[in-house]
Amino acid sequence: MNSGEIIVCSNLHRSFGKIKALDGVDLSVGRGRIVGLAAPNAAGKTTLIKILCGLLQPTAGQALIDGEQPGVYTKSITAYLPDRPGFPDWMKVQDSIDIYSDFFSDFNADKAGEICTTLNLDRNAKISTLSKGTKEKLQLMLVMSRQAQLYLLDEPLAGIDPAARDFMLHTIVAGYNEAGTVLISTHLITDVEKLLDEVIFMKEGQVLLHRSTDEIRETEGKSIDELFREMFRFEVWKGEE
Amino acid sequence: MDFKLKDARPIWQQLADQMTESIVTGEYKPGERFPSVRDLALQAGVNPNTMQRALSRLEEYGLLVTSRTAGRNVTEDEETLRATRETLAEKRVKEYLDDMEKLGFSRLSAAEYAGKIQEEEK
Repeated sequence: MNSGEIIVCSNLHRSFGKIKALDGVDLSVGRGRIVGLAAPNAAGKTTLIKILCGLLQPTAGQALIDGEQPGVYTKSITAYLPDRPGFPDWMKVQDSIDIYSDFFSDFNADKAGEICTTLNLDRNAKISTLSKGTKEKLQLMLVMSRQAQLYLLDEPLAGIDPAARDFMLHTIVAGYNEAGTVLISTHLITDVEKLLDEVIFMKEGQVLLHRSTDEIRETEGKSIDELFREMFRFEVWKGEE
Repeated sequence: MDFKLKDARPIWQQLADQMTESIVTGEYKPGERFPSVRDLALQAGVNPNTMQRALSRLEEYGLLVTSRTAGRNVTEDEETLRATRETLAEKRVKEYLDDMEKLGFSRLSAAEYAGKIQEEEK
């Protein structure tokens, strides 16, 4: 199946005990788009992404990737970058590349090599000796070496210094399969805003806004970051009282 | 090409403006091959879709022409280049007049002022 929306969520709910992490998310995202998922902390970004990649089950409602519920098929076409990388201590960078290439038929080893060079990753380095930022680079390298239809990137820039950020963004633009969709979650919009076709704002487990970034700039005369700050300003002040 | 994206206008418009400028100022010569969408997108750090949209605008204006081999070249049509240059010049002059008006000069005296400075520079 190669037509229709890549992501469709309808009335998606997910609770953790009394906490409603997702409280009725309706969302559809097309193909060949770079989409920003922006929200303050604890708005449900990570929960949504984990449901999309099949790590969490919704309490109610459903999420479809390429028309199917998250499972073996959707995992084969989805490249997921977790919010915190988890690699076993004994692994070397090359081991992680081997695992990805065993697991995913769309993994391109040549591309992995190229990205390692760009990001200055040593294939023989032991992962446990890498810094937090370098581990994130490694994770991004693995994910962007796939020719996926959907890339789910949960805070890809969180531990990265500003100088390396451009490198990371470059890797995303240079690497992604143009027919595929990239969903990038972040609470720092300035870093990614010029990359985005669309942006989704979430608040308290719901989608507050989902629009094209050009349209926002045209009709509001504001950058996405300005709009974000404006919409979430009240929360900031409330927090300081 | 060195792209600078800052204001709140749509990104594709800012890109289109800056590429227009680079053609008019001769950074890219008439008939020269223009870089690919992906290369330009990477240079600007933007999404290829956005760059595509900016390039379409330049094609619409006749500044870029698509060749049979699927690449884009800078137009060799002198008339198009001249007209574009004039449009840009007009815009700059108007901005100057607006700025001078804010400083309290009439538009006419602002124009004279420009002449005066130019005389002094000789």
